[in-house]
Amino acid sequence: MSAGKIDPMEQFMVEPVLGRHIDLFGYDVSFTNSALFMVVVFVLLAVFMAGGLKRQLVPGRWQVMAENAVSFIDSMVSVNIGSGGKKFAPYIFSLFFFILFANLIGVMPLAILPGLHTFAVTSHITVTAILAFLSFAIVLVVGFAKHGLKFFSLFVPHGAPGWLMPVIIPVEFVSFMVRPFSLALRLFVAMTAGHILLEVFGSFVVQGINAGGALGPIVSVLSFIMIVGVSALELLVCAIQAYVFALLTSLYLHDAVHLH
Amino acid sequence: MPQLSQIGEIYASQLFWLAIVFALIYFGIGKAMVPKIEATIDDRNGRIDGDIAAAEAARAQAHAVEAAYQTGLENARSKAALALGEAKDRATANTEAKLKASDAAMQAQLAAATAQVAASKTQAFAEIETATTDAVEAIIAKLSGVAVDRSTIEARVKTELAHG
Repeated sequence: MSAGKIDPMEQFMVEPVLGRHIDLFGYDVSFTNSALFMVVVFVLLAVFMAGGLKRQLVPGRWQVMAENAVSFIDSMVSVNIGSGGKKFAPYIFSLFFFILFANLIGVMPLAILPGLHTFAVTSHITVTAILAFLSFAIVLVVGFAKHGLKFFSLFVPHGAPGWLMPVIIPVEFVSFMVRPFSLALRLFVAMTAGHILLEVFGSFVVQGINAGGALGPIVSVLSFIMIVGVSALELLVCAIQAYVFALLTSLYLHDAVHLH
Repeated sequence: MPQLSQIGEIYASQLFWLAIVFALIYFGIGKAMVPKIEATIDDRNGRIDGDIAAAEAARAQAHAVEAAYQTGLENARSKAALALGEAKDRATANTEAKLKASDAAMQAQLAAATAQVAASKTQAFAEIETATTDAVEAIIAKLSGVAVDRSTIEARVKTELAHG
């Protein structure tokens, strides 16, 4: 393979596994590599959490990890949603751990095994947008079910002078409506950028070796060091983005439950 | 960018499979496993709290038992001191009574002896008087031949003896 053919966008291609298409009511719902990695995420998460089901009084290491995962979400929910937030804990849990596992699997360097290409589910705007609009829909449903039309008072901040209302209310409304887009774009852009960066530096390594000369190997080594650094950074970004997504969803749910 | 250029052909598949997988995660893990794990954590925390409370109660009880033991010890000690004092007093009183009794007996004996001495003395004096009177009567009769009245002699003897 010549170095010039490395396309940093190729890794984001979605194609049906084994080239088979499945049609359902005229929609193409093929089992793609994206779907495959969603299933992988589910299986890994299920295995991980199953380790927490031993219910021992004195837990083993695995059980402690699973229990800490649950406690982490519980404390996030209780701190950010407050009273009445307990019933959203399963949703926040699913959201956080689906995104976290999908992010982490995406940056696993499994491609060193021939034929194995990892796929970051969360680097797709289609996936992040679905999750973001699901969160937004839950906020709307909870808000209107709990407060009815009073939910619109969310756009009227407390203590602002009356003459500012014509300005503030549209601003608040726009910032509210932008929420699902910012949620979806933040995760999608962070993951995509990280993967492109890794791929670009990876192609630099290959091109440096192929170029030969005195400069080529130096470029390769420097790029490889960059890959190590960027990989470490990516691991951090994986956790932070999952955390931000879950945290913002919790805060939006807090608005829906308590209206400020 | 495939994420954008492919949207038209993949959105249905992404939505379909994400819905299935996310539903599996939400109902299979979030709703089924997480509450069990939470229950385990709560049980453990409850048990730890219970154990700590039980330990506190046991400590309080131990303190109470010790206090009771100490007061019992104090009681016993003071009782023992009291009993000791009483025994001492009783012994002293007993000794005193015995001493007094023996003292009285000795006094009585002394008095009796004194009385006997006095009686013997009186009797001896009387005998001396009688003997002297007899002697005086006999002397008078032998020397003068005058029969003197015995009562006169007795009176004279008595006065002479009293003069010593």
